[in-house]
This record gives sequence, structure tokens and C-alpha cells, in this order.
Amino acid sequence: MSDLQVEIGGLALSNPLMLASGIMGETGGLLARMGALGPGALVTKSVGLEAREGYPNPTLIELPFGYINSMGLPNPGIGEFSGEMETAVSTGVPIVGSVFASSPGDFAELCHRMEGMGASAVELNLSCPHAEGYGMEVGTDPSAVEGIVEECVSSVDIPVFTKLTPNTEHLVEVARAVESAGGDAVVAVNTLKAMAISVDLRRPVLSHGTGGLSGPALRPVGLRCVYDLFEWIDIPIIGVGGVEDWRGALEYIMAGATAVQIGSGVGRRGLEVFRETAHGLASYLDSVEEGGIAQLVGVAHD
Amino acid sequence: MISTQVVELQEVFPEARGMITLRFRLDEVARPGQFVMVWIPGVDEIPMSLSYLGARKGITVKSIGEASGALSSLREGDRMGIRGPYGNGFRMGQESTLCVAGGTGAATILPAVEALNHVDAALGALTSSELLFEERARASARKVMMSTDDGSRGYHGTVVDMVSDEVGEYDMVLGCGPEPMLSALLDLCNGAGVDCQLSLERYMKCGIGLCGSCALDGQRVCADGPVFTGGELSHMEEFGRSRRDTAGRRRPL
Repeated sequence: MSDLQVEIGGLALSNPLMLASGIMGETGGLLARMGALGPGALVTKSVGLEAREGYPNPTLIELPFGYINSMGLPNPGIGEFSGEMETAVSTGVPIVGSVFASSPGDFAELCHRMEGMGASAVELNLSCPHAEGYGMEVGTDPSAVEGIVEECVSSVDIPVFTKLTPNTEHLVEVARAVESAGGDAVVAVNTLKAMAISVDLRRPVLSHGTGGLSGPALRPVGLRCVYDLFEWIDIPIIGVGGVEDWRGALEYIMAGATAVQIGSGVGRRGLEVFRETAHGLASYLDSVEEGGIAQLVGVAHD
Repeated sequence: MISTQVVELQEVFPEARGMITLRFRLDEVARPGQFVMVWIPGVDEIPMSLSYLGARKGITVKSIGEASGALSSLREGDRMGIRGPYGNGFRMGQESTLCVAGGTGAATILPAVEALNHVDAALGALTSSELLFEERARASARKVMMSTDDGSRGYHGTVVDMVSDEVGEYDMVLGCGPEPMLSALLDLCNGAGVDCQLSLERYMKCGIGLCGSCALDGQRVCADGPVFTGGELSHMEEFGRSRRDTAGRRRPL
């Protein structure tokens, strides 16, 4: 019997696969449905203090190798999200509350309220590539990140994950800032800033112009980021970007990820992607006679 | 994988008062009840049921908001973007079927009426000038019943009230229209012991089951629907009661 269990910052997961933020995570009903389909944890849609409508459509483009989206952080606000959390938490699958804000105090308040609603961990969205004043606009400055993470860590007793952007040459410095602030893990990576042009109409397709690229096109970039981070930080890394089968998940684990999130793969492979990927991981462990998945973390390094 | 295509409008014509049809070439095969995401450049992208299938597809638009208003102002030769077709569509067989449409719900229902062999159609509207697709329905259905809320044409009352006595004679009911009407139709079908499939409408962003903006009770209208069975709908706590706004907040219908 293969051992898929992992632990991140004290949070035990039955398997290393997590639903990534922004996919099937806006309502309690959707989270509960996904929870029954095999992931070790579920990350909510990013929630802020106030409701946001996000950008006008088009907000998503399908490409042969992934998606580009610029939703613009639509969310009902933390107050109205409590009903969704109640439904999601009742499933028993650990819920990771994703939050976004522009100041350390607002981030800390959101974390505190997520903890109160039953979140098993929080994930700080310091990496959304398409919302002015939020996300990567905050998350590319190591000292700002350190301040935010510090305040969040001191405001809750649950693990604090920080989701990083690949759209910076300061990736490692930002991650080290997270570590020195007491952050429990980093999540790498959010989407790559990207765009698409309609040749027929001679204009960008997305209403916002630019968005974030996800899916298999992102995987080599995410892998490189995780590999680099593993060399430089000691806190756990949660890999994300273009995983849609067990081989992709193992690539991240061997690069140094303790757990792996799947987002776009839910759309491209279907809702069964978690069960199929977990099954593939278990079969692999059996075939190579490895005791547990945790023993494979970072094995691609010298 | 379905990418956005830009199509040119080949034909634009009024369908009823305040409602126009836009026809365009789209080679993708579509089933009755499926929808497309329609991009009006610089304005919005909205889900629209296909009211005409075949190679030259069509959508039928009632001008109610900014996006539908912009669509209504398009002319032959204008261009718009299309993604799709998306969604499950109606499951259709050889059983005796009643198709029930309220208002612009007829745009979703008519392709089903045309595809079915043993079918009757019930079309309802607020007033006679807003009745859609009478001729198309008469060309395909065994029987066509009409209702108007103001009594200006056919049965005086709602389309659901009109079919209440005879719904039990059918093996299957297909429905599309405003959600309070669909909720009444579901109650009617459940009471009569008749299976039904109803097509829902929700605000959508991605259209392909990722973002959750069209969710009700853990179901995605875009990817799991837009057509749901009476059995599925009977267990949905949000059906007929609430929808979600653009920020994802639950609001009463």
C-alpha cells in the first residue's frame, strides 16, 4: 500500500494534490463537490474584505496549451463568504482560505476571519497578475511581502502559505522574505502575465488586455521556479502550474514540491483529474518500491 | 479546445417586437439546447442560446442590458466573436414530448421542436407582439398552443397554466423561460409524474466550468447544464430561489 500522505506546516493531507485557487472554489457547493473527488485539500477562490465584480468579459481565452484569464478577483467579500465556508468545511476535506488585500493589516484581518470560519490554512494571494493594487503588484517587493506575512502569521494559529508570482526576477528574494517572516510554505507559481490578440479585429481579446497564462504551457516555468526555490529555502514548497497527470505532479515533487495544486487541469482533463492523478502516483510508488511520496521530494537535485 | 472565432453577420432581421435574430456561419456541430459565448468587442461577452442550428447558426436577442443592446444594434456585415458551442443540450428520444417556452426561452426550445418527431409546442409571452417562432413551431410540431399573459393572443394566462391539464399525457417535457416559470413547470411535472428537462440561465464568465460564476448547488450551468433534469432540479435548494451576481453573492431571483 503506497503512502501518499504529506504534511505542510503542520497540516496533514491524505494525498499531495490540492485544488488550486480560482477553479471551482467560488461557492461552498462547488468546493463540497470537488472535495468528494479526491484532492487532499481545497483552496478557495481569493476573497477580499469587500465584494468585487471583477472585469467585464471576455475574461478567459482557451488556447491549445492552456488558458489566459483576467477575472479581476471577483468575490463576494469575506462577510458573505462565511456561508460558503460553512458548506465547504462540513465536507471534512481541509479548506485553505485564499485571501487578497493591499495592506498587512487587511491581510491579517482576512486570515483571522478565515481561521474563524474553519479554514485549515490560509493562502496569501501575492501574485495575481491582473488586478491593480493587489497580487503581484504587492508580491514582487521582498520587504512588503515580509511585512504582510509577518502580520498574518502573528494573527492566526493555522499555517500561512504565500502564493508567489513567476513574473519577477526577485522570486528567490521574495521567497526568502516569506521564510524569514515565519511563513509556513510558499506556493509556486501563479499565472504568467500574457495576452492574446484577435487578428480579425486587431485588438486584444481580453477586456482587460492582459491576463494570466495557466495550463501545460506554464509547467516548465513553474518547475524551474520550484527547482530554484528548493535550493534556497527550507520551508515547504507547494508546486502549481500546468499539472494534469501523475507525471506532471511527479515533476514538481522531484523538483522540490511537497504538494502539488491542480487548476486548469480540472478544465482540460475533467473533474476526475484528482482521482486519476492520485492513482497514477500510487501506482508509480508501487512500481519503484518507494515507501512514500514524501521521500521523492527534491530527488532531482544533486 | 475551442478558441474564439470572429464571424461576420450574414443576416439580421426582426423576430418579434424588440427581438432580433443574428445569423452567421459557424461550422461546429451544435445540439438543441447548447449555447455560445458571444463577444461584442469593446462591450462584453455573454452566453446566448443557439436559436438556429445547421451551418448557418443564429441567436435571437432581446435588448435588455448593455450587451444585448449592443448586439441588437449590429447590422449585416458587422463582426462579433463566438466561443462554443458549449453545454450539454437537451437529451432527446422518440417519446411523446411537450416543449414549453416562456418569452425568449423559445429561442432555446425551437431547435428541439425541429429535431423531435413526436412533439407538441406551447409558446407563451407577455403579449401577442412578443410571441416568437409560431411559424417554425407549426412547421415541425403536431400541435402548437399559444398563450399571452394579457390575453391578446391564444390562452389568457401563463404558458404553464395553459398546459396544466394535458401535461400528464406526455412522456417528456422540455422547458425554457424565466426561472419562476420553470419552477412552476417543475412543480407541474412532478405533480403529474412526468419527466422534464429544463434549461437554466445564469451570469457566466468563463463558460467552460472553471470559474464558478454560474454555480447553483454545486452544479455549473455552463458545463453541467444548462439543461438539468427534473430529478436534479428537485434537489437544488437554489433553483427558483436565488442567483449569483457578478461578484458571486447570492441574491433572490
